[in-house]
Amino acid sequence: MGRTLLDKVWESHLVRREEGQPDLLYVDLHLVHEVTSPQAFDGLRLAGRRVRRPDLTVATMDHNVATGDDTPPDPFSEQQLAALVRNCEEFGVPLHATGSGREGIVHVIGPELGLTQPGLTIVCGDSHTSTHGAFGALAFGIGTSEVEHVLATQTLTQRKPRSLRICFVGELGPGVTAKDLVLAAIGRLGVTCGVGHVIEYAGPVIEALSMEGRMTICNMSIEAGARAGLIAPDETTFAYLEGRPAAPKGQAWEAALERWRALRTDPDAVFDREVEIDVSGIRPQVTWGTNPGMVVPIDGSVPDPADLADPDERAAAERALAYMGLEPGTPLREIAVDRVFIGSCTNSRIEDLRAAAEVVRGRRVHPSVRAMVVPGSAAVKRQAEAEGLDRVFADAGFEWRRAGCSLCLGMNPDVLRPGERCASTSNRNFEGRQGAGGRTHLVSPSVAAATAIAGRIADVGDVVEALPA
Amino acid sequence: MKAFRAVTSTAVVLDRSDVDTDQIIPKQFLKRTERSGFGEFLFFDWRRDPDFPLNRQRGRILLAGRNFGCGSSREHAAWALQDYGFDAVVAPSFGDIFRQNALKIGLLPVVLAPSQVKALMERARAGEELTVDLEARSAGGYPFELDDFSRRCLLEGLDEIGLTLRHEDAIAAYEAAHPAPFSTLVV
Repeated sequence: MGRTLLDKVWESHLVRREEGQPDLLYVDLHLVHEVTSPQAFDGLRLAGRRVRRPDLTVATMDHNVATGDDTPPDPFSEQQLAALVRNCEEFGVPLHATGSGREGIVHVIGPELGLTQPGLTIVCGDSHTSTHGAFGALAFGIGTSEVEHVLATQTLTQRKPRSLRICFVGELGPGVTAKDLVLAAIGRLGVTCGVGHVIEYAGPVIEALSMEGRMTICNMSIEAGARAGLIAPDETTFAYLEGRPAAPKGQAWEAALERWRALRTDPDAVFDREVEIDVSGIRPQVTWGTNPGMVVPIDGSVPDPADLADPDERAAAERALAYMGLEPGTPLREIAVDRVFIGSCTNSRIEDLRAAAEVVRGRRVHPSVRAMVVPGSAAVKRQAEAEGLDRVFADAGFEWRRAGCSLCLGMNPDVLRPGERCASTSNRNFEGRQGAGGRTHLVSPSVAAATAIAGRIADVGDVVEALPA
Repeated sequence: MKAFRAVTSTAVVLDRSDVDTDQIIPKQFLKRTERSGFGEFLFFDWRRDPDFPLNRQRGRILLAGRNFGCGSSREHAAWALQDYGFDAVVAPSFGDIFRQNALKIGLLPVVLAPSQVKALMERARAGEELTVDLEARSAGGYPFELDDFSRRCLLEGLDEIGLTLRHEDAIAAYEAAHPAPFSTLVV
């Protein structure tokens, strides 16, 4: 019987398999950041253990870093960042520190440095590690105990997840992005559809996506409950990787291509579950509630909890609407926002910034909106500046900031105040995610840009037609 | 890891689905570099409501809705629950990473059918003490499943890293056969 991409990556990383036990799986790349690692390094110290493979471990600073100079330094963040520096020095782990020019959100720098490669196993103490699956790498988030386990052994004890294939077919409508596809899929299948599974995204719509778009989709696998998402590597993948600093070179590149081409799921492979989604009717998506499955098309209205049959779902929707300060039946386009955030490991890559800049160019941010762009990495920032995108955003009234996780989770000074409403290109609209009492609407970069200009939730067509370019 | 055998206690009822780890321990407390002391910040925002279950009920067992612990991988969520005094969480399903994190620190995640969890919630609201017994794999009288490896690690409080390092030969053999895939890490 044929094997899936998941089967192939899993089986080629088996260190040990014993009946009735979880598998022992080798980890090719361990990405480390400041928030989920200090207790793991402490654990190593207490037990007198070393980092087994510092040459397969890379650290960066992202969650806590200030993205501007407009706030005083936070001593707790500084201590955590200093701890990362100390730990990396003591254990010999390479660190892309803030200011090195190579720093950025861990899930942005892995791919751009060429570290994220097809067929690898990649872990990080961060749930959005699923992003790297866009390259056909098995990549998943782990907790701090597992971070310590990988630091000490370069392996993980894991049970093989079940497999779910979501096939996207049909014709993509104008202005519909990868973000809309994944939000629509989660809206349709629910936030638990991926629990216990690895999702492979497939079909002609996925094959036509850029690597940036594929990363956006895989990034949000965790919001569907799946630890990992996968997309088969193809010519788009190889073209993105070729020449990247850590990618194989010369003969090694040719050999790698041969290995990578063999990774795709065999035609006769069987998945535990398969779903097909016709994208033809999908419109830009906007979340109205407090989890990513609470989502409707931008042309829609805030749903009425009374229409939900399941009492638990009804209660959750009522709670969400109360938190969000929304009334059932309100058209999405009538919802005014206070803030707009373009950034995060979901949507902070160069293509995302180009899409947003296209909408913003020659226009002004609505006077009641504070809008910011936070590039995903120092390299994305440099690239955008070389293309003049920073000027486009700044001229329109956006803040152009330094790389980091920023307002996606508000661990740094970029937070919403209680009651503030934000259109955000990030991945989670949980209560308080962007700041206690803050209200998040998840959208694509182009919808975020249009919303910044309109001052209320808006599609690109709403502002591009209404205003002279 | 803290060993777990059984607990008999009143239970706290949190009848909400999709409780994410951002609620269990909000981000501002993730700047600590210690493993301990997170309990006082458990459900920090929700606890401001005097009617929030944690302010009304006591117990070492938490009964929760489906998909408990979804979202962020922060192990701090499991640390906070344990530090607050919970030994077990019973729910119809869990976020995968949370469940894994809980198992690694000796906080027992128990999966029961939704109707069984609802029934336990009723009994807990009536003040009944419940028993979660890992040796018997039973919670409030309902049998639950847990794989033998996780169960043994929990019952004996085993150091999983120590267990893995016993397979040093296998790890070294794998490494000898698989050269590093990177031409360089730092560029």
